[in-house]
Amino acid sequence: MDARYREPLDVRTLARAAHLSPAHFSREFRRAFGEPPHKYLLTRRLERAAALLRNTDRNVADICLTVGLRSVGSFTTAFGRAFGLTPTAYRAAHPPASTRVWIPTCKVLAHARPSSTFGEDTA
Amino acid sequence: MLKSLATAMVWVHDQDEALAYYTDKVGLEVREDVTVPEMGNFRWLTVGVPGQDDVAIVLMAIPGPPVFDEQTRAQIQELMAKGASGGLFFTTDDCRGTYEELKGRGVEFQGEPTEQPYGIDVGFRDPSGNQARVVQRT
Repeated sequence: MDARYREPLDVRTLARAAHLSPAHFSREFRRAFGEPPHKYLLTRRLERAAALLRNTDRNVADICLTVGLRSVGSFTTAFGRAFGLTPTAYRAAHPPASTRVWIPTCKVLAHARPSSTFGEDTA
Repeated sequence: MLKSLATAMVWVHDQDEALAYYTDKVGLEVREDVTVPEMGNFRWLTVGVPGQDDVAIVLMAIPGPPVFDEQTRAQIQELMAKGASGGLFFTTDDCRGTYEELKGRGVEFQGEPTEQPYGIDVGFRDPSGNQARVVQRT
């Protein structure tokens, strides 16, 4: 689930992978991890969404789909419950994603140069 | 003293194509995706193996002028198409299973998983020509 959170996972699919009946799987999962599988999966998705809000400039709807959730409305609600902020407010409360960018020095120098040439002028 | 290796870079012909390939087919996750308008729309795009949060791969567009002239960019693309690029080495617990899984999602492998002294491995090339290998170490 940690690696496949983007896929449309449901309890039946997960139970089949574990060779257990859905009911048995849910029960055993809860015993081992302290929460039911669908809740665990939602938490993983929200964590990834939070990372994408901090580390990308993608819009909220796109992030919602990227982590495997379908409805932006329920994503916003669930996100608010988990982090105490709307996705947009969460993003605003963190340093902008542009601070994550490691722009290669050559690129910075090239763009800072008054006439953009690299080597000989072709003119 | 250095602390860690955070990212390694591969050139890609088209960042959108590379992103779709590495996420939808190979199964990596997007980590950072930021476009900087004041740097000529420079796009910092990284992907990584889900669960391995501290290492990412930068999917870097081959820059044109003023960084590389058009001829140099074309030469890089041509060499990559011939297979003269760097590569990515992934590990797996089950090479044959991963081979079937990725193949099912449209990754075209070069041959089938093969026993090697170091384990079972198989290779593929991304749409830009970068080499990748998937190794199940013994």
